[in-house]
Amino acid sequence: MTVTATQVVDVTADTLADHARKLLDGGARLALVAAHHDPPDHPGGAAIRVVYLFTAGPPDRRTELHLRTDPDHPTVPSLAALSFPAGRFEREMHDLYGVHPQDHPLPRRLVRHPHWPHGWHPMRADAGPRPPLAATEPFPFLTVQGPGVYEIPVGPVHAGLIEPGHFRFSVVGETILKLKARLWYVHKGIEKLFEGQPAGSRVGLAERISGDTAVGHALAYSLAVEDALDIPVPAGAQRARAALLELERLHNHAADIGAICNDVGYGIAHAHTQRIREQLLRLNQRTTGHRLLRGAVFPGGTQLAEVPDPATVQAIAADLADLVATALRNTIVRDRLTGTATLTTTQAADIGTLGYVARASGLPLDARVAHPHTDLADLAGLTVPVYEDGDVRARFLVRADEVQASTALLASLLPSLTAGRTAAGAGAGAGSGSTAGSGSTAGSGSTAGSGSTAGSGSTAGSGSAAGAGSAADGPRSGVGIVEGWRGTVVHRVELRPDGTLTRVKVVDPSFLNWPALPVALANTIVPDFPLTNKSFNLSYAGNDL
Amino acid sequence: MAAYAVAAGQAVLVAALAPWLLGWMRAVRARLEGRAGGRFGQPWRDLRKQLRKEPITPADAGVFFVAAPPVLMATSLLIAGAAPYVSTRGPLSGVADLVVVVGLLLLGTVALALAGLDTGTAFGGMGASREMTIAALVEPTLLLAVFALSTRVGSTDLAAIVAAGAADPARVISPVGALAAAALAVAVLAESGRLPVDNPSTHLELTMVHEAMVLEYAGRDLALVEWAAAMRLSILLGLLATLFLPWGVATSLHPAALAGATALFAVKVFALGGLLAAGEVFLAKVRLFRVPELLAGSFVLGLLAVLTASVLA
Repeated sequence: MTVTATQVVDVTADTLADHARKLLDGGARLALVAAHHDPPDHPGGAAIRVVYLFTAGPPDRRTELHLRTDPDHPTVPSLAALSFPAGRFEREMHDLYGVHPQDHPLPRRLVRHPHWPHGWHPMRADAGPRPPLAATEPFPFLTVQGPGVYEIPVGPVHAGLIEPGHFRFSVVGETILKLKARLWYVHKGIEKLFEGQPAGSRVGLAERISGDTAVGHALAYSLAVEDALDIPVPAGAQRARAALLELERLHNHAADIGAICNDVGYGIAHAHTQRIREQLLRLNQRTTGHRLLRGAVFPGGTQLAEVPDPATVQAIAADLADLVATALRNTIVRDRLTGTATLTTTQAADIGTLGYVARASGLPLDARVAHPHTDLADLAGLTVPVYEDGDVRARFLVRADEVQASTALLASLLPSLTAGRTAAGAGAGAGSGSTAGSGSTAGSGSTAGSGSTAGSGSTAGSGSAAGAGSAADGPRSGVGIVEGWRGTVVHRVELRPDGTLTRVKVVDPSFLNWPALPVALANTIVPDFPLTNKSFNLSYAGNDL
Repeated sequence: MAAYAVAAGQAVLVAALAPWLLGWMRAVRARLEGRAGGRFGQPWRDLRKQLRKEPITPADAGVFFVAAPPVLMATSLLIAGAAPYVSTRGPLSGVADLVVVVGLLLLGTVALALAGLDTGTAFGGMGASREMTIAALVEPTLLLAVFALSTRVGSTDLAAIVAAGAADPARVISPVGALAAAALAVAVLAESGRLPVDNPSTHLELTMVHEAMVLEYAGRDLALVEWAAAMRLSILLGLLATLFLPWGVATSLHPAALAGATALFAVKVFALGGLLAAGEVFLAKVRLFRVPELLAGSFVLGLLAVLTASVLA
């Protein structure tokens, strides 16, 4: 495998926008914005440091802009005018770190609901225990006025087993004029839970960021740690990871295909996808010892209990293809899916959507192609289905096609895998907890080439390599990019040289895809909302860390 | 006196059968979908559970909310007693013509819709508005379809229509009968909130029609509403069965004839319910704005049935 060097550019508040514009114009997307509350012993001194990660590919290109803010009054110039995701990242950063985005067009709270204490920013190192919450919560929504306009409030407690979110529909008749989704009911402080822990001991936490994306997050986290600490990973382990990623895609897509059918009242398809999903979960159980594939990926390698038989997977995929064909032969199902909640290519690109949402709107984004963690030769059989329509049907078909693409990929990957533990220097430790130790020794032992201090040296010239090129005794950083089943998952970690995490920033594709849902729903009718919501199927937990 | 006993018996029969019918239809659907499904008696168990719980009235709700469950139940019991399901010699024959039956159905629907509005919640109002849209299209179809059958008898009395059909079953199988049956079948689906108009098994509030109106009910009130809704399904399927398969309906008050008619009625309703459940496996819910197209289609069938009846008569 090849470690892609991350370009690091130190910028000032004045040059940030120019750099960002150049990168965005060059086809890069803003993948992640992370604030770091550096302690006084940090090489750069105590301050809030903001890292903007831009990615593009293929070929894999990663550029970080590092901006050190004023220690007393942390502010950043807002990039919201250049990139919609930037505006959301800045609002998140403001709530959690108290970094004020200057000239932000929508300077409202995002993560913290209004009853959270004012001036308390939980991610700051000096945040301290939480002050009491306000008893009452102002709940302002944009009121749509006009004859016959009324509001339907839904949630945050819903019927059925889904996570909390409040949806406020402004409706005339049955047509949705405006939908406001209020999320952020499940802030768990996950990023804070990583801090101060040995890197190898926190892969389990990464797996639980969003329960259905165990492999996606564990792998993104592991890749980031490996990137930071120069942990070598055998090619076999990378292939096993690629295979696990596809197994995760399969069981989630199977569930979604059934759920979309169920939401139009086509229960028989739902019943059968439940059967198919159960077969996949049992296959996962045999493969990794866990139905949702937990415990298989860790920094440095993989652990498989058994290698699945490609024929089994192919049989399940054929079953699912049959079911999809049956569902689409039903004219009522087809009518309900076609033309419902269209997200145009322009909208999808402007919002910065990822995954099947982007691919159903004509954007061929796939991190497996753009940021491969495994040898490209291993992914030779990979096809990326893209549809132009952007409606529920397109999102349904992208999933159906991806099931077949994943199966084809698994058929070529699985025969080369071996059961058991695959990791470099596997003798160094047996548990994932000790992996960090072995990894960090490997990292500090290897004296990597050009030695500018990654992500911290204010004097570092532009174009120095982070992660792979960090000095042995300085802080280290790494980036992991993975195409999870829902879209591109990005993790960025910073560690001390002993392998202790100082900051982990997680970006689940849901964070970028959520704003697309209200856009797609404009002028859709209310009874089509659940169907549309299911076709996006975004994570609340992955969105609100 | 015996006639009143028969009417009361019919009402009890429908009330007792309705939850079983629901359980039977769910079981049929589950089996055809490859699921194990619940037990036949589950709707009865649910009712028993709900009947033991206290009803809770929302703070903002008024008299319509409180009145709707008894009104709905009363109309259902009245139709169940008056319609010629088991015997054409009911005490209300002559009064209980098709206009009365359709009117009573509509009374129940309106009571529930008002209750939905009365809660002041968005879901209640949403469900009520959808229900009234559908009802406005369904009730004329119900009237027309039965009216087509009444022209050849010369009476809108359901008992007279059924008695004529029972006496001469061959007359039921006619172009008029076929057209009216098709129109009535679609209207029954819509009126009882089945696929493809409404999805009785959904948990998604935003897609609901009937369920959205009754979301605020709890305990005994909910039990009454659900029970009455189940009875309306039995009533409508029973109408379909007695109008188009009138064989075996007792035209006297002889106990043996009544017993046979009762058994036959149950068989016919369960057979129709099984057919409906089997059909639903192949159906999905149509887009809400397609429902009027479907119902307009059934109205046209009803109109054709009336025209055919007057031309052939």
